[in-house]
Amino acid sequence: MAKSIEVDNLDIYYGDFLAVENVNVHIKAKSVTAFIGPSGCGKSTVLRSLNRMHEVIPGARVSGNVRVDGQALYAPGVDPVAVRRQIGMVFQRPNPFPTMSIYENVLAGNRLNAKRMGKSEADDIVERSLRGANLWNEVKDRLGKPGMGLSGGQQQRLCIARAIAVEPEVLLMDEPCSALDPISTSAVEDLIHELKSEYTIVIVTHNMQQAARVSDDTGFFNLKAVGEPGQLVEFNPTTKVFSNPDNEATEAYVSGRFG
Amino acid sequence: MSTTIDPEPEVEQAPQTKPPTRAGDALFSGTALGAGLLVILFLAGVGAFLTIRGLPALDASGDSAYGEPNIWKFVGMLLVGTVYASVIAMVIVTPLAIALALVISHYAPKKLAKPVGYLVDLLAAVPSVVFGLWGLEVLAPRLLPLYKWLNEHASWIPLFDGSVNQRSLLTAAIVLALMALPIVTAILREVFAQTPRAHEEAALALGATRWEMVKLAVFPYARSGMVAAVLLGLGRALGETMAVAMVLSATGTGYLTASIITSEAPNTIAAFIANYYANASGAKINTLIFAGLALFLLTFLVNFAGRWIATRGQVKG
Repeated sequence: MAKSIEVDNLDIYYGDFLAVENVNVHIKAKSVTAFIGPSGCGKSTVLRSLNRMHEVIPGARVSGNVRVDGQALYAPGVDPVAVRRQIGMVFQRPNPFPTMSIYENVLAGNRLNAKRMGKSEADDIVERSLRGANLWNEVKDRLGKPGMGLSGGQQQRLCIARAIAVEPEVLLMDEPCSALDPISTSAVEDLIHELKSEYTIVIVTHNMQQAARVSDDTGFFNLKAVGEPGQLVEFNPTTKVFSNPDNEATEAYVSGRFG
Repeated sequence: MSTTIDPEPEVEQAPQTKPPTRAGDALFSGTALGAGLLVILFLAGVGAFLTIRGLPALDASGDSAYGEPNIWKFVGMLLVGTVYASVIAMVIVTPLAIALALVISHYAPKKLAKPVGYLVDLLAAVPSVVFGLWGLEVLAPRLLPLYKWLNEHASWIPLFDGSVNQRSLLTAAIVLALMALPIVTAILREVFAQTPRAHEEAALALGATRWEMVKLAVFPYARSGMVAAVLLGLGRALGETMAVAMVLSATGTGYLTASIITSEAPNTIAAFIANYYANASGAKINTLIFAGLALFLLTFLVNFAGRWIATRGQVKG
């Protein structure tokens, strides 16, 4: 089910503005890949281009290739809606649907896919997804309560449950812990470790310890220069990036001698 | 290295004296308060005038109640007509305004959305006399064939029964709908545009189409705002005078009928007052003012309900 992602010569534009230039990455299936780098260097943009979410912003476009298990994401005739159904996403701020119960939040994606499902099937999906997100024991007695009533960390795990309820092939996470306290962060990180066995995960993070803890491979993004587009400076196994990086700028960044 | 007790806490504790007020602040808060009080004063004044001059009409009957046996029958007829016409107008305007507001806030590219928004706002600047003329001369004749067809094929529905007339309640309601369209659209547009981006992206990231995203993220968030917008539009339609007075051909208080395509329709309060005030004198004036009081209370209630729902929704988030 998990799939690998191949990115070739990817340039991303907002209107005429070239935001990210010439990204080449091979993301392995069933692994965690972290994108690190200073703010504004395009890591989130690259992440969003992996499920075509950047297209939500008017004028955004890409050139180059993104292939998920050999299937081109940007081929003509590929429906971005279909892409997003296979590649789930978790955002910086927990964003459960405010008017829905915990139960309905988990099922939101499945309901969109318009499959008719019986009560027992729905119950199964909710339990499996919430267990998968390590949230089941905390919420199993109040599934009918609003999702907004949970704590921030629980909300984020609810959002992860919602994303995995549709059994995506890839899970993208855009700074999923930046709005969470350390205990919730640790819960989400544990979860990422477990999810790795079933999903390909790409995570953007500002927290380098987090990248070191959870990821197998790490990509370091940086601006070429002020006013220039962002680029992928280095992409290597995480252990190498944090102990013996190829690039000087990477070493400066991970050791804190930067900016 | 001093161990003496710091005298400062005493200074902090001491004063009941107010901090100094700046002249500008005092002027501004005075003006704002004055303006606010003035509005309340005006409203109370209007209410008092309508009550004092309208109450003598309570024992009006026959001629002084424009042929109705008593004042309640008179006001009741007009209230039915007013509410009926306005509700039909809202039934027409609600889907139209929701669609239009969605196009402006979520579908159309920015280049198109802005001018469309302006055009809709401009509709609010058209004087109601012009709407009335247009309804009478342009719209009504063109609706007549439709009415005839409806009457022929669907007269078993009470709405389309009776003898067809182009200056019917439905024609008036359509004109009212167009007049309420700008305010309802403007409010809906704002409400829709305030949907948090996070919720919209949550829906899109799950693989929602644009319309599914609207259903999943925008509508639930905007629900109370939508009700408020329609109620405020209703308030606008209830009090609309000129266009209805010109378009609707009801005579007197009209007839109590469900049909919306005949001339034998109930009249509306505002149109009735406009048509009859010029020739009224004595007790009839009290009767008309009493009708005005009824309309005042009705629009007040509807607007109040609209605002109440709007704020209640905001608190809930």
